[in-house]
Amino acid sequence: MNEIVVISGKGGTGKTSITSSFVALESQNMVIADCDVDAADMHLITKPEILDQEDFYSGKVAKIDSDNCVQCNQCINVCHFNAISIINNRYVVDPIACEGCSYCYKICPVQTISMKNRLAGEFYISKTRFNNILVHAKLGIAADNSGKLVTKVREEAKDIADEERVDYLLIDASPGIGCPVVAALTGADFVVIVTEPSYSGLHDLSRVLELTKKLKLKTACILNKADINIEIAGKVKEFLNRESIPILAELPYDKKFTEAISKGKTIVEFDNGIIREKIENAWKEIKNKVT
Amino acid sequence: MQVAIASGKGGTGKTTLSVNLSYYLAREFTRDGQKVLLADLDVEEPNSGIFLNGDVTHKEIKYRLVPKWDESLCTLCKRCANICQYNALAFIGISVVIFPELCHSCYLCSDFCPENALPMVRHRMGELIKYKINDSFDFVESRLDIGVEQATPLIKESKKFIEKSKNQYKTIILDSPPGTSCPVIEAVKDVDLVILVTEPTPFGLYDLKLAVDTMRELNKKFAVVINKYGIGNNDIDNYCKDNDIQIIGKIPHMQTAASLYSGGKILIDKIPEIQKEISTIANNLQNIIIKS
Repeated sequence: MNEIVVISGKGGTGKTSITSSFVALESQNMVIADCDVDAADMHLITKPEILDQEDFYSGKVAKIDSDNCVQCNQCINVCHFNAISIINNRYVVDPIACEGCSYCYKICPVQTISMKNRLAGEFYISKTRFNNILVHAKLGIAADNSGKLVTKVREEAKDIADEERVDYLLIDASPGIGCPVVAALTGADFVVIVTEPSYSGLHDLSRVLELTKKLKLKTACILNKADINIEIAGKVKEFLNRESIPILAELPYDKKFTEAISKGKTIVEFDNGIIREKIENAWKEIKNKVT
Repeated sequence: MQVAIASGKGGTGKTTLSVNLSYYLAREFTRDGQKVLLADLDVEEPNSGIFLNGDVTHKEIKYRLVPKWDESLCTLCKRCANICQYNALAFIGISVVIFPELCHSCYLCSDFCPENALPMVRHRMGELIKYKINDSFDFVESRLDIGVEQATPLIKESKKFIEKSKNQYKTIILDSPPGTSCPVIEAVKDVDLVILVTEPTPFGLYDLKLAVDTMRELNKKFAVVINKYGIGNNDIDNYCKDNDIQIIGKIPHMQTAASLYSGGKILIDKIPEIQKEISTIANNLQNIIIKS
């Protein structure tokens, strides 16, 4: 089984449009993990039927029982997250600010602080309309995304991929270069970066590429909206050439991408021409490269 | 006033709005030495600077504090590894190994070590650079080092830096990271208003709903700007109407805008339709702030 991760550095380059196309093309021989748990959009296109749903707990959160509180102020003094304040003469923990370190719990002289498990979100195992399994999640409102939910989604998907003996595990990761991205990249066999020919795209591409180099991951690129600025597209290609990163496809800027999303379709279902052909070829090439 | 520009979904136009709005406010809404500050808090992928030229007026490396093992004092009691909630310390053989990317700088291990063998020391996370763009416009960029995983502490430090000089500015615009989790929450904390930028597609709508839920949970005052208006459908207009959410601007979708953006250009100088909409947003902002 091969683990393929799609990332972008910059948001809005078309990562989910392209990933969902691979889902449609490969169908049953694939398990998908939507690791963009902050803004998971894959289900809007793949319309999954939820088979299993679970709460996801991660880390702790402090709770003060004010009945026994002697108002010694020690908890406020030791908290480095400014999570405890006095409201209406009671000591109260702000659960959003609390990072669950348990310092207050350890220091409280009357043991009136307890540490509770923190509900960080929900995760789902679903079957998409392409008959493959999608593991996805919804981060709790204002919850911490240290990468643990991402790891949970990825590991769960990997277990299913092994059980079902499919050839591919496809992972849609979030923008950026921080913990959620590193968590999605862990264990990858192959990384596809979706980029666009803008200075912002190029800047973010170079940062995310530095990360995949650091993690020693085999990487290739898809240049989306390639005709939006020919001059910068040239610079992106020059840069990728210098870095010896192959370009799997150059896709045109086309309204059809938005129209497809608006109709709840993947672009390869919506277009039967050059766009479909290019994405099909890119997916074939990815398969060649990983096996 | 401090305004954060945020969005659930990435790539909806946060940076475009941040840069053009700041530029416009600095040009049209300042007089007698008043200034605007734009701060790029999307520290993982800071892009505002691509659109701006200026002189560096200040530069500093940003650190946070993590424990450092002092082998000569340690008695290998393992208390530190047992109490750390983040698995940021581990005993391997007869040494303590510290993982700075897992550490939350809570001081628990350091303060509870009976031998004082874990002093807190500086750990580099990135850098902050301040630029003067023109007499009425300053710009601060914070940039996370590659391989540093936690964005939130750098955002927190950057906000402390901004706080120190906030009285110099009539308006402060914060270009925030995408998503709805901790980095965003840190970025929007203590601002007067959050502008959520979205695009009229099902992805834009779904991620906007998540962002709205987050702002409501945080009790933040917010308003919506729809970018790329004209692509997709009217679902965002309807959603905002049904939920009493104020739309303070609709930036039209234009191919010329996309191509100028890709070349790192300010749009309001080149496209009158966009300047007009940015001006509407600026006026709406003033009204909201005056009312509150």
